[in-house]
Amino acid sequence: MTETLEHTAFDVQAIRQHFPVLNRVVKGKPLVYFDNAATTQKPQVVIDALADYYKNYNANIHRGIHSLAEEATAAYEATRDTVQQFINAQHREEIIFTRGVTESINLVAYTWARTNLKSGDEIIISGMEHHSNIVPWQLIGEMTGAILKVIPVNDNGELIMEEFYQLLSEKVKLVSVVHASNSLGTINPVKEIIDAAHKVGAVVMIDGAQSTVHLDIDVQELDCDFFAISSHKVYGPTGIGVLYGKRALLEAMPPFMGGGEMIKDVSFEKTTWNDLPYKFEAGTPNIADTVALKAALDFVSSIGKATIRQHEDALLKYATEQLQSIEGIRLIGTAKQKVSVASYVVEGVHPQDLGILLDNQGVAVRTGHHCTQPLMNRFGIPGTTRASFAMYNTKEEIDVMIAGLHKAIKLLR
Amino acid sequence: MKSIAEIEEEIVDDFSLFDTWDEKYEYIIDMGKKLKPLEDEHKKEENKIKGCQSTVWMVSELKDGKVFYRAESDAVIVKGLVSMLIRVLSGHAPKEIIDAKLEFIDKIGMKQHLAQTRSNGLLSMVKQMKLDATVYQAKQE
Ligand SMILES: Cc1ncc(COP(=O)(O)O)c(C=O)c1O
Repeated sequence: MTETLEHTAFDVQAIRQHFPVLNRVVKGKPLVYFDNAATTQKPQVVIDALADYYKNYNANIHRGIHSLAEEATAAYEATRDTVQQFINAQHREEIIFTRGVTESINLVAYTWARTNLKSGDEIIISGMEHHSNIVPWQLIGEMTGAILKVIPVNDNGELIMEEFYQLLSEKVKLVSVVHASNSLGTINPVKEIIDAAHKVGAVVMIDGAQSTVHLDIDVQELDCDFFAISSHKVYGPTGIGVLYGKRALLEAMPPFMGGGEMIKDVSFEKTTWNDLPYKFEAGTPNIADTVALKAALDFVSSIGKATIRQHEDALLKYATEQLQSIEGIRLIGTAKQKVSVASYVVEGVHPQDLGILLDNQGVAVRTGHHCTQPLMNRFGIPGTTRASFAMYNTKEEIDVMIAGLHKAIKLLR
Repeated sequence: MKSIAEIEEEIVDDFSLFDTWDEKYEYIIDMGKKLKPLEDEHKKEENKIKGCQSTVWMVSELKDGKVFYRAESDAVIVKGLVSMLIRVLSGHAPKEIIDAKLEFIDKIGMKQHLAQTRSNGLLSMVKQMKLDATVYQAKQE
């Protein structure tokens, strides 16, 4: 009895009604949107929240005494509370709004890392990082003399943990790894990494770009020092993201950017910084998108991540089986623990050609290196075709992709 | 000898026979497969026109006041598009090439491949072809 209840609790057709863009027709075919790891589509409640803000209470926050300014400030700060609950942070001032994961990582690099690292210190990242979690550390390495070390990846696309333990030493001051890989789907054992890194006194940053939408995030349980989120990958607007940081660390860090909002007192002789979180939010922030992010997170919570995950895992399982039945296809990323990402290459076929022909069938997939060039080199390929699934995708859509693949492969070979 | 505009018109006519995108792409893929491969010696770094996803190699030469191009790509559809560009531009005077509007790409519905996205090298290909022509033009003067 409970089983049927659980089953009916998730009605994908009802979910789809919330996403207007899913009614799009592309090249004469109904849109099949499988590029969710790049960005998710937005539910009507998010679009409404954006319009509502501009229509009814647009004002600059934290400064004005008038009613609109108060309403806008309240809505902006309400999102901070929602994010705090969403990832179970201990304090609301541990939630810093940024433009996204890229900015969150750069913030930590240019404040914490720049002031705490010195020549000979080591930073550990993994072989499956997005360029956003590679390049900032290279830049900081050039400034400070800190050295970058990389946890290698095995043939299934999993981190080789023995090698990680080999790399760990007192020299390691920072470990920054991706929670779930955008190219492979691999879920990394971040809890184990965090605990081990803490034993040698290192600070740990987690790139939550892909994990936040699929997995339950509890930053206190993880005990990570920093955690980065992009709103646009969690059904929220673009241009807004989050840096979670432990309060003591954030308090000790110098500001990232100087300007309005982040100061207490300014004189030409000395300026004092504002308290957390405002110390890191210089200038007028992205108010509208921050306000609408709350609607996105509430939407996800109202359905429940566990329910969504069950649906997405079923889609991944089905897609994996169907893909494997195609001759000459090779799945890239066969880790035991995965989020709903299916990456593949087809023998003798360039991913770009596949991408163009699938688009011709209305199917939006991602082709290329997915901003993880070192990882592609590890697998000896220039790139993959990647289908990544969200709560609104269906088995029927996977059938459309598989049929499109058969057709494309026949044409291209 | 047909002018660039005349060859463009021919291609637009060819494409007007197709009703569906499938047919258009089938045709382009076919042309891609038929494009004469470039010898390996030419597939070197300095001849590369790199897009984010696919690579095009191109060489050109000036013979009797006309520019001749040869090229190849690792992706078939790009190769087909490249083959059309060669059909249109190769064998013409530098000045003609520099002035070519290449409106056929839009007319046959392939404008998206010229879009300023990171994912393709076709736009860079057109630029390189024109740049080569400009260099030859300058040398002639
Ligand atoms: C794993 C991972 N890290 C970082 C990023 C960068 O996120 P953003 O572009 O939103 O800053 C992405 C998204 O492309 C990603 O998938």
